[in-house]
Amino acid sequence: MNLSAVVMSPSLPKHERTPKTVTQWRAEDIRADFPILQRTMRTGKPLIYLDSAATSQKPRVVLDAERNFYEQHNAAAHRGSHQLAEEATEAYESARLTIAGFIGASDSEVVFTKSATESLNLIAYALLNATVLQSRGVVQDPRFVIAEGDNIVVTELEHHANLVPWQELALKTGAELRWVSVASDGRLRIEELATLVDQHTKVVSCAHVSNTLGHMLDVSAFASAAHAVNAIFVLDACQSIPHASINVPATGADLAVFSAHKMLGPTGLGILWGRGELLNALPVVSTGGSMIKHVTMASSTYQDSPARFEPGVPSMAQAIGTAAAVRYLEDLSMESVEAHVRHLSAYAVSALSQVPHVRVIASPDAPPIAAVSFILDGVHPHDVGQVLDDDGIAVRVGHHCAWPLMRALGVPATVRASFSVYNSQSEVDALITSVIRAGDFFL
Amino acid sequence: MSIEGMYQELILDHHKHPVGKGLREPFSVEVHHINTSCGDELTVRTKIDSDGLLADISWDGVGCAISMASMSMLAEMATGESVAAFEQRKVAFLEVMHGRGTVVADAALLNDAVAFQGVAQFAARVKCALLGWMAVADAIEQTSTVPQNNSQGGNNDN
Repeated sequence: MNLSAVVMSPSLPKHERTPKTVTQWRAEDIRADFPILQRTMRTGKPLIYLDSAATSQKPRVVLDAERNFYEQHNAAAHRGSHQLAEEATEAYESARLTIAGFIGASDSEVVFTKSATESLNLIAYALLNATVLQSRGVVQDPRFVIAEGDNIVVTELEHHANLVPWQELALKTGAELRWVSVASDGRLRIEELATLVDQHTKVVSCAHVSNTLGHMLDVSAFASAAHAVNAIFVLDACQSIPHASINVPATGADLAVFSAHKMLGPTGLGILWGRGELLNALPVVSTGGSMIKHVTMASSTYQDSPARFEPGVPSMAQAIGTAAAVRYLEDLSMESVEAHVRHLSAYAVSALSQVPHVRVIASPDAPPIAAVSFILDGVHPHDVGQVLDDDGIAVRVGHHCAWPLMRALGVPATVRASFSVYNSQSEVDALITSVIRAGDFFL
Repeated sequence: MSIEGMYQELILDHHKHPVGKGLREPFSVEVHHINTSCGDELTVRTKIDSDGLLADISWDGVGCAISMASMSMLAEMATGESVAAFEQRKVAFLEVMHGRGTVVADAALLNDAVAFQGVAQFAARVKCALLGWMAVADAIEQTSTVPQNNSQGGNNDN
C-alpha cells in the first residue's frame, strides 16, 4: 500500500509553477474538474454558479480523496495500533501539514473544528472559561480574563458569526462590545480604532475580506491597535484564504479562522489557527476523549495544541478532502487564482455599472476581490434572484448574515455574485443579460 | 414553471399598486414580523371591532414582490370581514402553499390569491407568500378583546 500516493499526491514544486495570466486562464478546462457544473437547472439551462462565497463547488479530486479514505483507510485516527488506525492517523496528520503549509503556519498551530463559526465560538468560550475559572480561584493568563469594564472591539461589517459570539461573551462577562462603524457609502471608519481600542480592550476582531462588500480590510491597523494594548487580535479569514496566498502568521493575527467548504473543500471542517503559546495557554472548551493527558475520577490534565481542542474521533475524510483542495489550488497557483477572481470582480463591477437602475454596493476603501454586491433600484433582491434562477444563475440574495451592515448601508438586502476558479467572463456576461431581463420584467 | 408563471399579472399589479399600505389609526394591535432568512420586514395593524370583524388592516414593509403582493391581496380580501372568514381562508391558503404545486386553489375562497399557486412550487419562496398571513393571524391572536376569538393559537406556521 503506497499511502503517500493516495493522500499526499505531490503538487508541482513552487518554482515550476508560473502564475497564469487572466487570458491564459482556461475556465472551461477547470470547469470540467467540477462534476456539478455539468448539470442543467430546472429551466433546462446550464448551471452558472455565482455563489461561491456561500460555499464553493468541489473538484473531483476532493471527492475522490474522501471516497478513497473511506474505501481504503477508514479507522479512528489517534486510537488503536492496527494498520488501518495508523494509516488513518497518518492521512489525517498529513492533511494538517498540507493545510498548515498553505497558510504559512506550523502544523501544531492548526486546529480542526466543525466550521469557521465553531472556531470563533471556541475562542469566545475559551475566554469565557478563563474568566469563570479565574473567578473560582484557578489562576488564568490575564490576557484571557474578561471583567466588567473591559471591552471587545469588532466592526459593523462583520458576518454574524464574528459578531454574535462576541455579543454573548460581552453579555456573560459584563464587558462592553464596541464596533468600528461603516458609513453609508461602505467606508469603514477605521480612524475610530484609535478611540475604541484602549487599555481595557481584551479582544479586537475583524473580517479579512468582507463577505458582502468583497474588499480586503487594512488588517495591519487592527493588529497594531490590538497589540499596542496587549489585546488579542482575531481574524476571520473565511473570504480571503480561498482567493489569495495568505501567510496567516504574517497578518499580525493571534488567532484566525476559516472554513474548508469555501475553498473547494468538503463541508464539516473549520480551521482555527493560533500562535502556539496562546493556543497552549487557552483553557479547553470541548472535553472528552483524545484531548486529555491524564485522567482520574476527580480531574484531568490536557494535551497541547492541536489535540487540546480536538476531542472525539476527528473529521478525517473532511481534512483529507481539504488537503486535496489545497493541492488543487496550489497547482493552479494562488497568485493566478487571485488574479482571475479579481479580474472577474472588476469586470462585473464595470459591466453592472452600465446597467440602468443598477447600483453596485462596494466600499471605497478597496475593490472587491471575489464577491460583488449590487441592487436593482425598485426591484427587491429576491425578485432579481428569481429571474437569475430562471436563467440557471445561482447568486445569493438577502442580508448575507451581515444584517447590521445592511442597516449601515441603508439597504434591506443585496444581490451578491461571487466568483471562484471555475467561473468565466462569459458567465458574468450572462449575469448582466439576466439582470437586464429582471429590470425589464419588474420595472 | 416559467418566471411569468410565478409572477402572475395579479401579483405584479398588487406589488405595484398595494392595497392597505401605510399604517393607519385607530388600531387594536400592531405586530412586526420578519423573515429571518432574508430580512423581509412587515408591520401590520389590525382593528377588530366588537362584532369580531376585521374593521381595518393597514401595513407597511420592505420585501420582495411576492411578500408585498400577498399582504396587499390579503388586506383587500380580509378587511371588513369576520375573523372566522379570515381563518377559513388562511387554512385554504396554507394548504395551497404547502402543497408543492399539487393543491388546486379554491378561487371562491382565495380570490386573487389563487395567483400564488405557482409560487408553491418554489419551496424557498413559500415563506414570502405566507409572511402577511402569519402577521395578521398573530395580530388576531394578540387581540384579547375579540369576543368570538376562542381559538388558542390556531395554526402557527412559523
